Amino acid sequence: MKNSNPKRRFALPRPSKFVLLAIVALVLLYGVLYPNARVFIGALQVNGSWSVANFVAMLSHRTVLESALTSVAVSVLTVMLCALVGVPLAFLFERYTFPGRRIFATVAALPLVLPPLVGTVAFIFLCGESGILARAVQHIFHLSKAPWSLRGWGALLLFHTYTMYPFFYVLTGAGLQRIDAGLSEAARSLGASRLRVLFRVTLPQLTPSLIAAALLTFMTSMASFSAPLLFGGNVRVLTLDIFSARQRGDAGIALTETVLLALISLAALVFFQRYEGTRRFVAAAMKGATRRRAPLKSGRARMLAAVCGIIFSVALALPIITLVLVSFSGDGTWTTQTLPPSYTVSNFSRLAADADARSVFFNSFLMAGIAAMAALLWSFCVTALTATGKPKRWKRLVNLLVLIPWALPGTVVALSIAEAYGQTNALTGSFILVGTFWILPVVYFLRFMPLVVRAVQASVEQLDRALEEAASVLGANWWRRFWRVRLPLIAPGALAGALLAFVIGLGEYVASVLVFTPGNRPVSIAIASAMRDFNLGTAAAYGVVLIGMIAMAMIVAGRLERSGQ
Amino acid sequence: MPLLSLHSLSKSFGATAAVADVSIAVEHGEFFGLLGASGCGKTTTLRVIAGLEIPDSGTVEFDDRDVTNLPAERRGFGMVFQNYALFPHLNVFQNVAFGLQARKMARAAVRERVMRALELVQLDGLDRRRVDELSGGQQQRVAIARAIAIEPALLLFDEPLSNLDVALREETRRELRALVKRLNLTAIYVTHDQEEAFALCDRIAVMSQGRVLQVGAPRELYEHPANVAVAKFLGSNNLIRAMRLTSSNDAVTKFKTLKGGHTLVVPATHEQLMHLPVNKPCLLSIRPEALVVSSSAGQDENQLTARIESIEFSGATTTVSLNASGLKLEALVLKADEFEVSDEFVVTLPAGQIRLLPEDSGQ
Repeated sequence: MKNSNPKRRFALPRPSKFVLLAIVALVLLYGVLYPNARVFIGALQVNGSWSVANFVAMLSHRTVLESALTSVAVSVLTVMLCALVGVPLAFLFERYTFPGRRIFATVAALPLVLPPLVGTVAFIFLCGESGILARAVQHIFHLSKAPWSLRGWGALLLFHTYTMYPFFYVLTGAGLQRIDAGLSEAARSLGASRLRVLFRVTLPQLTPSLIAAALLTFMTSMASFSAPLLFGGNVRVLTLDIFSARQRGDAGIALTETVLLALISLAALVFFQRYEGTRRFVAAAMKGATRRRAPLKSGRARMLAAVCGIIFSVALALPIITLVLVSFSGDGTWTTQTLPPSYTVSNFSRLAADADARSVFFNSFLMAGIAAMAALLWSFCVTALTATGKPKRWKRLVNLLVLIPWALPGTVVALSIAEAYGQTNALTGSFILVGTFWILPVVYFLRFMPLVVRAVQASVEQLDRALEEAASVLGANWWRRFWRVRLPLIAPGALAGALLAFVIGLGEYVASVLVFTPGNRPVSIAIASAMRDFNLGTAAAYGVVLIGMIAMAMIVAGRLERSGQ
Repeated sequence: MPLLSLHSLSKSFGATAAVADVSIAVEHGEFFGLLGASGCGKTTTLRVIAGLEIPDSGTVEFDDRDVTNLPAERRGFGMVFQNYALFPHLNVFQNVAFGLQARKMARAAVRERVMRALELVQLDGLDRRRVDELSGGQQQRVAIARAIAIEPALLLFDEPLSNLDVALREETRRELRALVKRLNLTAIYVTHDQEEAFALCDRIAVMSQGRVLQVGAPRELYEHPANVAVAKFLGSNNLIRAMRLTSSNDAVTKFKTLKGGHTLVVPATHEQLMHLPVNKPCLLSIRPEALVVSSSAGQDENQLTARIESIEFSGATTTVSLNASGLKLEALVLKADEFEVSDEFVVTLPAGQIRLLPEDSGQ
């Protein structure tokens, strides 16, 4: 057999493990370890000398402890309420079919992609004391003042439930799809009642999904900032305290509270993961078919489900409908009427004409894009190191460090970067980020890269190793294997992850508000300042355009995901 | 000069030795089998040959060259994987063309070679199909076409037929051997299926616990198992525990069975007897189809009276289980009309068919 060996030509050397390791180590060191260490050190220093004075001051301030307790209480209640809404909904949509099921099932996940700040603004327009609902009730019953105020615990929990129940809905639904239908059939054949099957067979198997959802909800709620800011009223949470301490210029207290918030979040992460470890079930044999959706047979049940579905979908869509409505009202025209009295496209034409408005969108687009692209490349580096070969302790450490920014609230990430790169010092040299355009892309990257790494890792883990082995036996070198086999196969999952990061970056507010500069003002800041100036129509128009951009990105992501299956 | 030779290969995963001191030589044009139960190290051996694993010690020599540390992509071998490992994002044509493109071959030449390979596996006309639109048997053929398209210097098979149903497996088996022989390729074939290995291979290495127990042609292995492990692995041998009676190292020696106390005459070589003291237990083996079951005794040696315990009909042959005063034997017969359970018959163990096995320690 002549000519059978692949020809040796000049070939790019495969990327060296040490180069990859150096990149990963440097980013983790400068992006994760060093900034967080700086926050700790900053909290433990007063005027340059070591002291626990900040902690003592914090503990003696009853308000700080109260804020911490309030944050935890809000989060626990949010988790419970979200579970109450999301889990039954998932069962309804996953187990039964009825007219309109597909549409409702899609609408139900809608709040996931709504930027928190835009959601908050829409909520104010809809149910605030001068919102559409309150005005309608006031007009109908001829009340002298608004029937309620959108302030305090109730408002906060309502909003949190609205925006975060999809975690439970989506994850429970996915969990239900994975459950082997044969197991509940076996339980039924052994004489267990429906209720017994639910509690003894189905729910225990769902536990990992439920815990994951609870963790996500808890963390998101701990990090929640826009809602407490705009209608938390007298409910003081930690994220708000940190923000106002920083606004006051009380850096020591801000850092100390940041440490407290980070510690609570990390503790929650550890707690949930421990619990999850004890509750993981692997079915002995996963050969059974997944359960098929049962059609609701009785006409009354079908009607009930369909009506509930419609009411529910409308309730979910109402804030967005309101936002669209308000975006067509002129600034200052909507005063005491139930609905905005006149409609105009002037808000949108102003956004299109105004250089400042255009630059705001451009900034968000550019910064989220840079962060998502960087996160994608970074994910390839991390997975090339950790997702193949034998499991090792340092790989676990890398994965843990990658996760840290995800576990930390956006407030903490932004503050830690600001603290670490605010002035020159020995470790970073004269490298200063604060006050430059690059601080927001860096913060976005750190906040969202865990998400992208997870997506890429999941895609790589699903890869059949034999495919790359087959390619190498067929004579393909490392680069050819990467371009022709690995990349095409993980591309759909990886791009979907990067697009999700991009979408969240587009509407980012929590971290942006702490460190933005005039040169990189993102959309969210423009919305917040329009709200402050009572330019309601303008704020709504910003929000509608943002939602449009996000919707487009999500459609592309959905396409990609489907093409990957 | 063998085309491929392995010299005392060893490979461990953690504490378990997957391959231990394996030496094999494969001649040019040979269809060579690696046969053994799952976990015996046959797949690891194949992966070392392919270059997918680097052995802990030992060398792989191919065509007089040490290729032990040569990466898989530079060996120029073809390999068919157990789950086929077809690229799901490429169609049939692109899958088969993959190795040719990696060799930077001209487009026209690639096209011609792919078409010829698809023709050889009778898949012409399906080149535009997506691989997930094909049946299991067709996917298998794509995998074979992809491996032979590069005109491999050596063709490796990792249990490629185990995912096919029985009828298709036998048909594909026949075609595979014909194809390999027609193209004058050298092939190494891993399987746990003795029948498959016998039907396909010119020579077979029987492996167990990372070691090669015996290398030989199928017939040779079947009729002359080198030791108890091979005899046990290659199906239903009658293994009879016995003791040597006579001390002279004659060519024909008398043995006494431990069960039943029968005296059997067994031909044995001088060398075998040298290591076997009188009164030390050893094992005798005889294939079930070598036993002769008849209603009356003749003049032959080694005739025992036995009662029939069960009769198991399995199509062309029938397995008769016999009990000769405690010594249990199985006989394979073509006609079983005259046999009834609990009847007494005379069973003859032809001396020439009995083999004396060196007993491994611990067996």
